Amino acid sequence: MTRKLKKFDFWVVASIVVLALYILFMLYPMLKVLIQSFVDSETGKFSLMHFQKFFSQPYYFGTLLNSFKVAVASAFFALLIGIPLAYFYNVYRIRGAKTLQMLIILSSMSAPFLGAYSWILLLGRSGVITKFLEGLLGITMPSIYGFKGIVLVLVSKLYPLVFLYVSGAIKNIDSSLLEASANMGRTGLKRFFTVVIPLCMPSILAAALMVFMRALADFGTPMMIGEGYMTFPVIIYTSYVGEVGTDHNFASAVSIIAVVITLIVFLAQSYATKKTTFSMSAMHHIERKEAKTLPSILMHIYSYGVVAVSIFPQIYLIYLSFRKTSSNGNAFKPGFSLDSYKYVFENMGSSIWNTIRICGGALILIIIMAILISYLVVRRNNAINRVIDTMSMIPYIIPGAVIGIALILAFNNPKFPLVGTAWILIISMCIRRIPYTIRSSVAILGQIPMSIDEASESLGAGKLKTLIKVTIPMMLNGIFSGAVMSWVTLITELSSSLLLYTFRTMTLNIAVYVMVAKGSDGRACAMATILTLFTVITLLIFNKFSKDGEIMM
Amino acid sequence: MNVGIKIDHAVKIYKGFTAIHDLSLDIKPGEFFTLLGPSGCGKTTLLRMIAGFNSIEGGKFYFGDRLINDLDPSKRNIGMVFQNYAIFPHLTVRKNVAFGLQNRKMSKEQIQAQTDKFLKLMKIDEYADRMPEQLSGGQQQRVALARALAIEPDVLLMDEPLSNLDAKLRVEMREAIKEIQNSLGITTVYVTHDQEEAMAVSDRIAVMNKGDIQQIGTPKALYQRPENLFVATFIGRTNVINSKIYKDASGVGIVTDEGEKVPVAALIPELVEDGQEVVVSIRPEEFVIDQNNTKGISATVVYSTFLGLNTHYFCDLDNGQRVEIIQESKIDDIIQNGTKLKLDIKTEKINIYTKDGSKALVK
Ligand SMILES: Nc1ncnc2c1ncn2[C@@H]1O[C@H](COP(=O)(O)OP(=O)(O)OP(=O)(O)O)[C@@H](O)[C@H]1O
Ligand SMILES: [Mg+2]
Repeated sequence: MTRKLKKFDFWVVASIVVLALYILFMLYPMLKVLIQSFVDSETGKFSLMHFQKFFSQPYYFGTLLNSFKVAVASAFFALLIGIPLAYFYNVYRIRGAKTLQMLIILSSMSAPFLGAYSWILLLGRSGVITKFLEGLLGITMPSIYGFKGIVLVLVSKLYPLVFLYVSGAIKNIDSSLLEASANMGRTGLKRFFTVVIPLCMPSILAAALMVFMRALADFGTPMMIGEGYMTFPVIIYTSYVGEVGTDHNFASAVSIIAVVITLIVFLAQSYATKKTTFSMSAMHHIERKEAKTLPSILMHIYSYGVVAVSIFPQIYLIYLSFRKTSSNGNAFKPGFSLDSYKYVFENMGSSIWNTIRICGGALILIIIMAILISYLVVRRNNAINRVIDTMSMIPYIIPGAVIGIALILAFNNPKFPLVGTAWILIISMCIRRIPYTIRSSVAILGQIPMSIDEASESLGAGKLKTLIKVTIPMMLNGIFSGAVMSWVTLITELSSSLLLYTFRTMTLNIAVYVMVAKGSDGRACAMATILTLFTVITLLIFNKFSKDGEIMM
Repeated sequence: MNVGIKIDHAVKIYKGFTAIHDLSLDIKPGEFFTLLGPSGCGKTTLLRMIAGFNSIEGGKFYFGDRLINDLDPSKRNIGMVFQNYAIFPHLTVRKNVAFGLQNRKMSKEQIQAQTDKFLKLMKIDEYADRMPEQLSGGQQQRVALARALAIEPDVLLMDEPLSNLDAKLRVEMREAIKEIQNSLGITTVYVTHDQEEAMAVSDRIAVMNKGDIQQIGTPKALYQRPENLFVATFIGRTNVINSKIYKDASGVGIVTDEGEKVPVAALIPELVEDGQEVVVSIRPEEFVIDQNNTKGISATVVYSTFLGLNTHYFCDLDNGQRVEIIQESKIDDIIQNGTKLKLDIKTEKINIYTKDGSKALVK
């Protein structure tokens, strides 16, 4: 053996730094949560009381069932709506397809609680549509509050995920497969169910899991529109900030239960996916065909109908933001004015700046971390980096509210006082978003042959130089499209931010939530509109610079 | 600067699988040296050890007198050409070629001049400002070569650089590579599994099998005097026939199935004994067809293939073994299938091995 110890190597240092960051900002806080969940709130001794409390009282235990019902129903309806939409969009010619896609993506890109809020304004107890129907036709609308409302809101936010996943899968189906099945006499619906669906199965399962997880962990929607219908993120939040008095330990216990459940679902999905996975890559992409007249009309009605329903609440909020309001901003008056905006810019301007600085900071960190980690995982396969790979996936199964609580428990301490700073928001955003960004970076890097790096090294470029001059530029297009999605999720992040913000670090999204909670509808609408503007600008920039127009989730 | 490459008892182990057991090599400065062998024999593995991309589990690697075992690939001053070209897709042709130069302390003007020189040399100057994806396979290969050569490396390493090209282009490019290597005189290690390509470009070839070197030699030596049966069958085509040695007062040679003695002057008398079983490797062109049935081994023509310059005859010997014979095409009719004839042997050319094929018995 003539091999000396490995010399100082940039990637070795990177491994160690990344690992240390994960331990400090993720494992340690989660450990805190775990410990707290087993501690008696009064005596401080070891106790199982919180778990007993949760499982013995239907009030608490029921939230788990409720969450499950919501998540299952949301996933089911999102698939039901999203899969046909993806099929129509990719297989047949739809007029204005590009715009349609933009609108679909746009409708997924606002915080779900905003959707809930808008639906309440439309269909709630004193909603315009409710009033209109009652007054004019004497029809009483079924209540929008509770289970139905939550599912409506979540589905209208989450079906675009299914659409994007399944579209990706359909794009990978070789057109010859469809032609072959047509040759053998399978067309139309039969072909859809026996050929297209099975071929897309891995993506469908992945999309279902995504929707399920998001619905399970979503906190803003049930909080806003659930009324009595409690889901467990709501319990975590209320027992933490509690109107009835806070109980960190109980919140921790519920968090642990939530993580375990998400983990089980995640593992079940991985198992199911493994069984249905096969690799596909199309030599000839499916060309969109003109459908026969009647089916074509029906498809157009369906596609545009779905998009209209999902985008309408957002547009309604924009409309409201220009309405005259009472002087405290709480009630809408006839006529239009810019008063809401005036108020927002004069009094809440800092939240715009906070959004840029906090979410922007988080975005930069996320991109750097994703590049480093994906490089380590793909190109330096060793024990430490496999651990990093696994760790990077952990946040995937931790609901946002849990991350919020974990960070507070860990860093509400005088030695490392991060709570109350912008940093803690940045950290929580990084933790929440990084798994997704890493997955897409890993996929991109996996497609770049190793010999490209080696070519660079053989030409005298060191490791760092190779990364900066070769690897990153080649990943750029992919990273860029991933960053777009990251940016949008960051500016609409609520469930952990809501626990971590202070008035000095309030972002637009939180500000909207706070305004809604206070009942300042006009101002909330104005800020929601500004938020939407952020998203639209992001999408426009993306469309201008992206090569292929693919958005990575 | 030309350096030789010396490899001393190299060992490569991949997670318990030993890909290279104990391999030594000496490549002379300026030599065009080829690693040739069947798929999976460890050619790429060895080349990447020289380049520094593979860890070395044992042995010593030298460039000249310099031990390079622990030298970073970026400091070895090698030019490497990859099978998939590995051209940077985000850089223009010119920037690809200049890439290595920018890692050195060179002025902008020097870089420009050097880049131009190699763009011209590889005849790709007219594409200098194109992106790689706008180039054909052959042009991309030229870019890869120009990029590797532009840094004036001590050694040039190429791993099956032509295998992605079509047959005609492959011949064209190998001529180009040979020519440029000749004019620059740069020490080159070339990997291929195409023996014709190896013969065409190399000064010397190392034939590898299962992680071991079978023989190192000039193309001529490998073809005419393969040191074992593996090399004899891997390089070119050959007929392998079992036979016996005779060794008596009249001399040494082999005995045909019919009992006829065929003297073989090249046999080394000390290595053989009377009655020893051997295998004889006779290349198709080392048979001479004797239609008059006077001398040689009896055979029957089964079928023939006319290929222009040569005609190939496939004949069955009396013991049922099929052999191939190549004859320069004649203006007379092609010999009819079913014709019985005799096959004479050009005994000075044939090779004879011990029964297990491991050792040559001829000079
Ligand atoms: N990274 C690796 N891990 C484990 N085994 C490997 C690895 N790379 C190569 N091998 C094994 O080592 C042996 C030699 O491989 P190598 O790539 O050097 O072959 P090669 O001669 O270049 O073949 P080819 O002509 O097909 O390119 C093979 O048996 C291969 O399976
Ligand atoms: Mg190889």
